[in-house]
Amino acid sequence: MAKAKQDADSLAKCPTGIRGLDEITKGGLPRGRPTLICGCAGSGKTLLAMEFLMRGARDYGEPGVFMTFEETPDDLAKNFISLGFDLHDMESRGLIATDHVVIARSEIEETGEYDLEGLFIRLGSAIDSIGAKRVVLDTVEALFSELPNATILRAELRRLFHWLKDRGVTAIVTGESGDKTLTRYGLEEYVADCVIFLDFRIVEQISTRRLRIIKYRGSSHGADEYPFLIDERGVSILPITSLGLDYPVSTERISTGVPKLDAMLSGKGFFRGSTILVSGTAGTGKTSLSATFADAACRRGERCLYFAFEESPRQIIRNMGSIGLDLDRWVKKGLLKFHSARPSLYGLEMHLVTFHKVIEEFNPRVFIVDPISNLINAGTASEVKSILTRLIDYLKMQKISTFLTDLTHYGNSLERTSEEISSLIDTWLLLRDIELKGERNRGLYILKSRGMAHSNQIQEFLLTDEGIDLIDIYTGSGEALTGSARAAQDAEEKAAELACRREADRRFREQERKRKALEAKIAALRAEFAAESEELHLLVEEERIRQAALVEDRVEMTHLRKGKPSDPQAKRLKKTGERRAR
Amino acid sequence: MERKKGKTSTKEFEKAAAKRDRTKYILQLYVTGMTPKSTQAIANVQKLCEEHLAGRYELKVIDIYQQPDLAKGEQIIAAPTLIKKLPLPLRRLIGNMTDIEKFLVGIDLKPRNS
Repeated sequence: MAKAKQDADSLAKCPTGIRGLDEITKGGLPRGRPTLICGCAGSGKTLLAMEFLMRGARDYGEPGVFMTFEETPDDLAKNFISLGFDLHDMESRGLIATDHVVIARSEIEETGEYDLEGLFIRLGSAIDSIGAKRVVLDTVEALFSELPNATILRAELRRLFHWLKDRGVTAIVTGESGDKTLTRYGLEEYVADCVIFLDFRIVEQISTRRLRIIKYRGSSHGADEYPFLIDERGVSILPITSLGLDYPVSTERISTGVPKLDAMLSGKGFFRGSTILVSGTAGTGKTSLSATFADAACRRGERCLYFAFEESPRQIIRNMGSIGLDLDRWVKKGLLKFHSARPSLYGLEMHLVTFHKVIEEFNPRVFIVDPISNLINAGTASEVKSILTRLIDYLKMQKISTFLTDLTHYGNSLERTSEEISSLIDTWLLLRDIELKGERNRGLYILKSRGMAHSNQIQEFLLTDEGIDLIDIYTGSGEALTGSARAAQDAEEKAAELACRREADRRFREQERKRKALEAKIAALRAEFAAESEELHLLVEEERIRQAALVEDRVEMTHLRKGKPSDPQAKRLKKTGERRAR
Repeated sequence: MERKKGKTSTKEFEKAAAKRDRTKYILQLYVTGMTPKSTQAIANVQKLCEEHLAGRYELKVIDIYQQPDLAKGEQIIAAPTLIKKLPLPLRRLIGNMTDIEKFLVGIDLKPRNS
């Protein structure tokens, strides 16, 4: 237990500052111990060591000693300049000390026992002169070819590594790889703490550099072979960033640039930061769709980065003019940036590092690759998947919406990509040819779209002067039609509909006529009835008058007979009778 | 023609060889303090020089512990190292100089492979 604790305490790490290396070593090289970097000629050993030293001096305040056995100080300074470090300046500021060890075999005669104390003294004085914390010995093995006595050398190298540990400097020792051993002279026997192996392979004429940590005593580390490359910013090891599935997500939706496509994606378009794949065979409109998406992004005032692997920027701009997209103005405004390169120009890793670099520089909200299929061909499926996973993770972390197109080939399943990257894709649109009645038309449908209720319809995809349009495919009478067949069917239906409508109109008129006749009849009957009622009324009135007159006559007669007025009823009747008469 | 030229060369060579016997040797011995190898080397070099180069050599013994900068300037790796500065060509003899044969070859007093 106590020992384990001590190990944990002593295992301080020394950050290299090299992009990717600190991630896979989980913090850097073992501090205060020597690390062996081995690899064949040209695998980048010196450069890695150099960058370790320079970044240490510049970024971590740890001065370093570079002891070279091969390159002259002038060559060394040139190499440093190529990485953007001014060696002479750093030397004058006391950040770096160099020592070029020259041994000429022809000058040397062995006359008895000796040791390499001279080397120790030189190294020690260089370390003391600037208070160095880091040391690089490049390539200490050169001693073996220059000094004849291997027995002495081995003993002295063992002593050297112990000495370096005692001095507490973090050292990198480089060594050429041998046939059966890691290094030609078996340096790995002496440097037991950390061994990094660099490999330089050519597979199908594409060269790839790879890095592997063979051992790292007392620390966990990434065990895979990691592709890396060297550019003007030094060494970059992929993964440049190691990410998990914990990126932030957005509920914001962004338009696809095609209103009808937005409608298909539950009316609002893609999620921001999602990964969109458009696959289709040649000539199905993938580039047009990506350009429309780019145009929509620029209209929103967002920066858009467009990686074109098949066409030059000028050609894309010209061609997109034919569907009414003026991309040139966005380029001039600085919102749209094209980056064109032939996929075969360099290996997959280089492309991906280029992606990273340009993304970091341009900081886009929308990132388009047209097409990724060529990249897929640059590596094996698993390689592509692991690298694209990291790229997409990175983009998601940055909340950059990613739009990838994929050229599928005839004869292959359209969903071929699924085996490789489908799981990484959030929204997958498929463009396909629909061949029918001697015609080829484009169709679009949504294969999947995570997190939204998307349309399941195949839409006909039209490229017009005003951009992309989607039209519902004719789906009546049990078959799907596109293009002129759809148009013909439409016309036929229209004629049929017209005839139908006329027939209906005729019937309507007939009905109206009947209704009117009926109404006329009703009116006549009603009039007749009214006349009858009037007559009846008159009859009744006449009768009443006659009755009234009768009553009056009777009262008159009573009056005449008795000479006195009649009862009140008779009087009232009389009055009424008078009024009526009037 | 060729023969004549050959003769001339031989003559010149003999002349040069005779001259070499009189050439002054400038030797520098780099040691590391008073380690056994250092003391052996100093003793051996002094003895051999007296035997073979009596009166026409100049030997300087330098302790690189005390003058580490010289180690870098003179490209010293191994210790002890004897540098024959003159006559040219420059030679470096490494070791404690116990191998007399190699010492003599090293400072060009004996031809190589004889």
